[in-house]
Amino acid sequence: MRRSLLFIPANQPGMLQNADVFEADAVIFDLEDAVFASEKDAALELLNAFLDAIPLNKVEVMVRINGLDTDQGLIDLKHIVSEKIDTIMLPKANLDVLNSCSDILDELELNYQMLKRISIVPIIEDADACFHAYEIAKHPRVSGLLLGAEDLAKDLEVERTDASFEIFFARSQVIYAAKAHQKDAIDTPYVSTKNEEGLILDAKYAKSLGMNAKACIHPNQIDIINEIFSPSKADIEQALRIIKAMDDPNNKEKGAFSLDGKMIDKPIIERALKTIEKAKKYQLI
Amino acid sequence: MMIARCGTIESNDCLITVQRQQAFELKIDSIVFDQFGKQIEKVIKDTLTSMGIKHIYVHIQDKGALDYTIKARLITALKRLEKTHAS
Amino acid sequence: MKNSLGRFVPHGFIPYESDEAYLKLKRHTISKTLSKNKDKLVSSMSQLFDILNIKDGMCLSFHHHLRNGDGVLNMVLDEIKQRNLKNMVLAPSAIFPVHAPMVELIKSGHITKIYTNYVNGPVAEAISQGFLKDLLLMDTHGGRPRAIESGELKIDVAFIAVPTSDKDGHGHGISGPSACGVLGYPIPDLYYASKKVVITDHLASDINPKDIDGNYVDYVLKVDSIGDPKGIQSGTTKPTTDPIQLKIARQTVKLMDALGYIKEGLSFQTGAGGTSLAVAQGLKKIMEEKKIKGSFASGGITYLLVEMLEAKLFEKLYDVQCFDLNAVESYKKNNHHLFMSASTYGNPLEEHPIVNDLDVVILGATEVDLHFNVNVTTSSSGMLMGGSGGHADTAYGAKCTIITTNLMKSRLPIIKKEVKTITTPGSSIDCIVTERGIAINPKRTDLIEKLKDSKLHIVPIESLYAYAIKMTGNPEETKMTHKKVIGVCRYRDGSVIDTLYQV
Repeated sequence: MRRSLLFIPANQPGMLQNADVFEADAVIFDLEDAVFASEKDAALELLNAFLDAIPLNKVEVMVRINGLDTDQGLIDLKHIVSEKIDTIMLPKANLDVLNSCSDILDELELNYQMLKRISIVPIIEDADACFHAYEIAKHPRVSGLLLGAEDLAKDLEVERTDASFEIFFARSQVIYAAKAHQKDAIDTPYVSTKNEEGLILDAKYAKSLGMNAKACIHPNQIDIINEIFSPSKADIEQALRIIKAMDDPNNKEKGAFSLDGKMIDKPIIERALKTIEKAKKYQLI
Repeated sequence: MMIARCGTIESNDCLITVQRQQAFELKIDSIVFDQFGKQIEKVIKDTLTSMGIKHIYVHIQDKGALDYTIKARLITALKRLEKTHAS
Repeated sequence: MKNSLGRFVPHGFIPYESDEAYLKLKRHTISKTLSKNKDKLVSSMSQLFDILNIKDGMCLSFHHHLRNGDGVLNMVLDEIKQRNLKNMVLAPSAIFPVHAPMVELIKSGHITKIYTNYVNGPVAEAISQGFLKDLLLMDTHGGRPRAIESGELKIDVAFIAVPTSDKDGHGHGISGPSACGVLGYPIPDLYYASKKVVITDHLASDINPKDIDGNYVDYVLKVDSIGDPKGIQSGTTKPTTDPIQLKIARQTVKLMDALGYIKEGLSFQTGAGGTSLAVAQGLKKIMEEKKIKGSFASGGITYLLVEMLEAKLFEKLYDVQCFDLNAVESYKKNNHHLFMSASTYGNPLEEHPIVNDLDVVILGATEVDLHFNVNVTTSSSGMLMGGSGGHADTAYGAKCTIITTNLMKSRLPIIKKEVKTITTPGSSIDCIVTERGIAINPKRTDLIEKLKDSKLHIVPIESLYAYAIKMTGNPEETKMTHKKVIGVCRYRDGSVIDTLYQV
């Protein structure tokens, strides 16, 4: 039930230290694309030392490791797993890589005698992964899917555009796969960090299709993303009205009842409950 | 030339250079030397001790790095130094 | 001896007692000196010095409206050097890096004493290093007029740079090649100095408005240029894009809202730095949404405040200095954009200084301590790099004083057990907004009450301090033993709130 996820380059101490200042629901410490090949060793050492030394304020801690098709990826995974992190973000995901990752996590959690169960957010960033999104989302460790549109566009050999028709199918795949398994559908970052209008349009559009969260690459994008992916004031008020009406003794016996001329049945009630749960979590009520 | 380095001179970071030599030598250049010079020295010495290293030249160019950063940059520099020896 | 804040006060100075001690003072002013001179034009700085018979030990004053583009002070320094005048006392309202030529004159004893409200750059360093043979006396923007009008700060010659002037000394700052807008700071000098000189690079006639009243002016000198327009307009920056500063700015606006200040009739002041502008932007947005009209904004005026005036979000602007050309243009054209002298602005002995009508002021800090005392005069090592300016004046006058600051800057916590130099006492400071939380002065039980159900992260200042120390480790205290006194920080009433030491 995240709304915003902020990528933080793992090799920059100034950014690590301020990771939890920005009110993102999750921070993604990036050992992969944000770090030069020659500095991957430094980044891992720094991130580990940071997580050991500095407590983070109520934020989900995610780590994007390097691909498990590389040596570094395996080294990352072995060294970063601890009670201090919550989720592994898995780049270039496919079923095999996902299963390997989960197996390694099983082993590490046992060896380190961990109480916590680390979840995985696979990144759907090529055509194959896109097609297998449903099976990927099904995996019990998976808590959400992230669409990686920039790399996907390269795989498709197309240009990324603001209109984003080229990723419509991929977005739909991620959304349906995630929702079918009650996991998070996380939209791809909007890379023009200075274009606030563009971000708003992109985020609203993604939400309207069914995405419930969006990753971002700059802290200045977080407020907008949090607002768009939070239930609106109107939604919250309506949800509260529905729950109140539900508690009305007249309505309690019926399976469905009427409110403002509309029929309120089980799916709508469940949605209202979810809205209130989110509103409470994000401290909107 | 058995030398290795790690880190940057960006704000909140430090650049650590290590070199093999027969004795121990530590050079600290820090923008917060007055306030944290002693602490920086302690972190470096403790880290070297924990890695069982005695004979080394360490130069730190510090731009306000916290303890964990100094430790991490030093460890990586030393690991890189190991690799130069191995290859 | 020690003052009420526990700070050392050198012999011969009045120790600071409280921010209300001025109420016991009676205002008495020396007489304003009109000029009897008919033929005021002089041909050169040299002729001026001759006519005025400027001698060793005299006190010369200047204003800082030309900011880091000022050419006038340096012209006078040149003449002092050429004539080998000694033990001169200077009273510029502020000193900038452009005034670097002063360093040589300080080291050689041509200048031995300085009164100012703000000092930054090579001159600040030289004074911190102990080269000024006598003392540096720092006042606030409101305290300087008090000192001048009472005769305490006796000015022999006031050099007033005026962008446009007529031959009789009537002038203003809104036109001419070095236009800088409102000339609020030289007004006390104009009235009370023994001799007043207008220095201009643009002679004209039909002066309107007559912000500088030529009846007080003795001489007028036209020069090729009084300053560099690029340097003059160095006052404003752009609203910050730094994510941390933006968070602080957002939290500040939310705090103002939660405290109920964003309502009809709001009176507001903020600075010209990146974070201050971001706060103004945030405030503008919320006032537009809620359709609120404030009564006034004051202080140094920037383009953002002008936009707010033009959007009718404020009834009036009270302007003591213009930070950019938009402010100059607005002052020129808009009769809701009003002139304010330094005295009207913040002199505690004025019956009704503007600062006392402020609801909220947003200010910065180099250091804050656990008693909410604020330092804007020195760095944490004691090196001069600023000065109160209007800080202590607005902090006292405003109903709510909000300090915006990072919690740490490059491993140095901004919150300390004790600040190195107290510029503004904690009794005037109400809220500290950092990226990690907001601290409210425990004495403000009324504000704490208003915030009790707020979702804002309100924490005791000790918690912020502890958090910072946990991250950075405990800094070693720099020992201040046997350090030479190089000056004093004076509070608005002239009492000494802290002493300045050699570094």
